[in-house]
Amino acid sequence: MRESTIMKIHYGTALAAVVLVAVHVLFRVTMMNYEDSLAYENVLANYKYLPYAIMLELILVLLSVHGFNGLRVILLELKQGRSYEKAVTYGCIAGMAGLIAYGSRTILMASMGIT
Amino acid sequence: MSETALAEEQSSTEVSSSKIVTLRIAKFNPEHDSGQQYVDFKVPYERWTTVLDAVLDVKKHLDHSVAVRYSCRQASCGSCGMKINGRPRLACFTKISELNSDVVTVEPMNNYPIVRDLVVKLDKMFANHKKMQPYVIREDSEITAPTKEFNQTPEQLEEYIQFANCIKCGLCNSACPTMATDSSFLGPQALGQAYRYVADNRDKGKYSRLKIIDESHGIWRCHFAGSCSQVCPKGVDPAMGIQLLRGYLLGFRK
Ligand code: HEM
Ligand code: SF4
Ligand code: FES
Repeated sequence: MRESTIMKIHYGTALAAVVLVAVHVLFRVTMMNYEDSLAYENVLANYKYLPYAIMLELILVLLSVHGFNGLRVILLELKQGRSYEKAVTYGCIAGMAGLIAYGSRTILMASMGIT
Repeated sequence: MSETALAEEQSSTEVSSSKIVTLRIAKFNPEHDSGQQYVDFKVPYERWTTVLDAVLDVKKHLDHSVAVRYSCRQASCGSCGMKINGRPRLACFTKISELNSDVVTVEPMNNYPIVRDLVVKLDKMFANHKKMQPYVIREDSEITAPTKEFNQTPEQLEEYIQFANCIKCGLCNSACPTMATDSSFLGPQALGQAYRYVADNRDKGKYSRLKIIDESHGIWRCHFAGSCSQVCPKGVDPAMGIQLLRGYLLGFRK
C-alpha cells in the first residue's frame, strides 16, 4: 500500500474516533450517573443494545488500526533495515488483527449473553 | 583646524576595541580518536568578526590542525555549516558579538558522519537531493529550440522562488528530530527541493516526484517539529514546503 493511503487511513481513523468516542462519552454522562457506567448490569446492558455494541466495535477497529499503524511508524523511525522493517510491518498487522479479534470476541459474547 | 580635531574626524569609524572570546573547538579524528575532545582557544574579536574568522584565526596562529570547510565566506556556498553554541548555523554568517557569550563552542553538525573536527560528510544529503529530480522536467526545452522561452509571471515565480534559495548547507537536516533516528528519511532539504520543482509552472515532473517522496521513509515521517525552518539561513522554510507537498498527496491541492 502507498504510504499516503496508509496515512489517509491514519488521519481518517483518528477523526472518526474523535466523533465516536465523543458519542460514547456523551452516552455515559447523559444516560445515567457517570459513576454508575461501570456497574455490572449497565455494562452488560450496553453490549445488549445492538446499535451501541456496533459503535463500540467500530471504535475498537478504528483505534486498533490507528494505534498499531502509529506503533509501526514509531518503530520504523527507531531502527532501519530490510528484515527489521518487514518484521515491524507484519508484526503490527498481526497485533492489529489479534486485538480486533479478541475485542470482538468480548463484544460478541457479552451481547449474546455469554458471560 | 587643530590637529586633534582632524584626528577625531578621521577616526569616525570605530577603532579597534578588541575583546577576547574563548573559542571551544570539538576535535575528533575518527581514524584514531576514541571520542570528541574540546580544546579552548583565546581569540580576539571585533564587532564584525564571524565565527569562521575566529576558527581560521585559531588555525593560522594557534593550531593549524583544526579541520574546517569553507569557501565563499558570504553565506552562498553552504560549506561552513556547524553547531555553534548548540545550534546549527553558518560559521561565516554568525558574528561572535551576536552570540552574547564569553564562550563560543563550535562542534560538527548533528545527524551526519564526522570526517574530522568540524567537517561532516554531506554525501547522503546530496544523494537525497538528486533523488528529487532537481531540474525542470518536460519534453521540449529552451536549449534544443533556442527561439523558445518559458515565460513566467511574477506570481508564478513567487510560488517557488523562496525554495530556490536553498544553498544545500544541510543545517535543516541536522536540526531535524526525525533525521536523528531515521537514517533512511529523505530529510527537509530534499523535500523542500521536491516542492521547489513541483511548484514551478514550467515543470511537468510532479507525479514522478510525488511518487518518489510517498514511501515509508519519505514525506510522512515529518512530524511538524519545524526546526528545519527555524535554522535555515536562507529563509527557505522547508517545513512549509513539506506541508504544501502533503496537500497534493492528500488531494487538497491540484
Ligand atoms: C481520537 C483521538 C486521536 C487523534 C485525533 C489522534 C491523532 C493522531 C495523529 C494526527 C497522528 C499523527 C501524528 C504525526 O504524524 O506526527 C497520530 C499518531 C499516533 N497515534 Fe493517534 N490519535 C488519537 C488517538 C490515539 C489512540 C487512542 C492511540 C493508541 C491506541 C493512538 C496512537 C497513536 C500512535 C502510536 C501514533 C504514532 C506516533 C506519532 O506519529 O507521533 N492515537 N495520532
Ligand atoms: S533548506 Fe535552508 S537549511 Fe536546508 S540546506 Fe537549504 S539553505 Fe540549508
Ligand atoms: S563559507 Fe560559504 S556559506 Fe559559509
